Amino acid sequence: MTDLMARVVVNVPAEAKKGEVIEIRTLAGHPMETGFRRTQLGELVPRDIIRSLVCAYNGVEVFRAELHPAIAANPLLTFTTVATESGTLEFRWTGDNGFSVTEKAVIKVV
Amino acid sequence: MISRRAFLLLTLAAGTARAQLPPNIAEVRKAALQEAIGKVVGNSPVRTGRVKLDIPPLIDNGNAVPVTVEVQSPMTQADHVKAIHLFTERNPQPYVLSVQLGPRSGKARIATRARIGDSGDVIAIAQMSDGSFWSESVKVIVTLSACLEE
Repeated sequence: MTDLMARVVVNVPAEAKKGEVIEIRTLAGHPMETGFRRTQLGELVPRDIIRSLVCAYNGVEVFRAELHPAIAANPLLTFTTVATESGTLEFRWTGDNGFSVTEKAVIKVV
Repeated sequence: MISRRAFLLLTLAAGTARAQLPPNIAEVRKAALQEAIGKVVGNSPVRTGRVKLDIPPLIDNGNAVPVTVEVQSPMTQADHVKAIHLFTERNPQPYVLSVQLGPRSGKARIATRARIGDSGDVIAIAQMSDGSFWSESVKVIVTLSACLEE
């Protein structure tokens, strides 16, 4: 189960200079079912989307995104943060039907 | 091969689906967009500028449209972008994405891929730490809409 759901990728530089603005890219494997589509027989397909992504840098929240059905399937988000200190970036996706995935990335700041 | 019964059900379903769309759909969606923007900005004026919304003006496939929003800001404790909101005019819902930034973001630049349902305006609104709102709106033409695939 966890294997199936944890299909997320985060792209964080392994090493950065102190004070440098680093770009972070994240991708989650998810259909982002809008809740507006119908099956061939006309029944609405229930909504199933990722609602939020939160990024914490050594426990301090640095980025938060609220997603809506108008985000494409397999949502990709790119954002920036300042490399302040070595440590861990934790990404947490949460969504409909109890979707919850956490991924970590380690960064070394020199 | 589709059976006669399935075909009849399908046409019937398509008919009712169409009938459920209100006739003044454009106005309804415009009102929904205004309401969504109103929820974000309240009564504050929204000025044009400082925000750069980068989206292809001609979209062949509305299912995954690359969108980049960049806001001019020094991103310091005293003066930074607090949030960026993205809306579309012609989707069933106007909301696309809301992000919260801060001085630790370093730059106010985000990118994602959106679904765009139909030709119309795409609007990015930035909320600054001083409480002001800035926006940019881009008109896009969509040849293959999102929301149509099975």
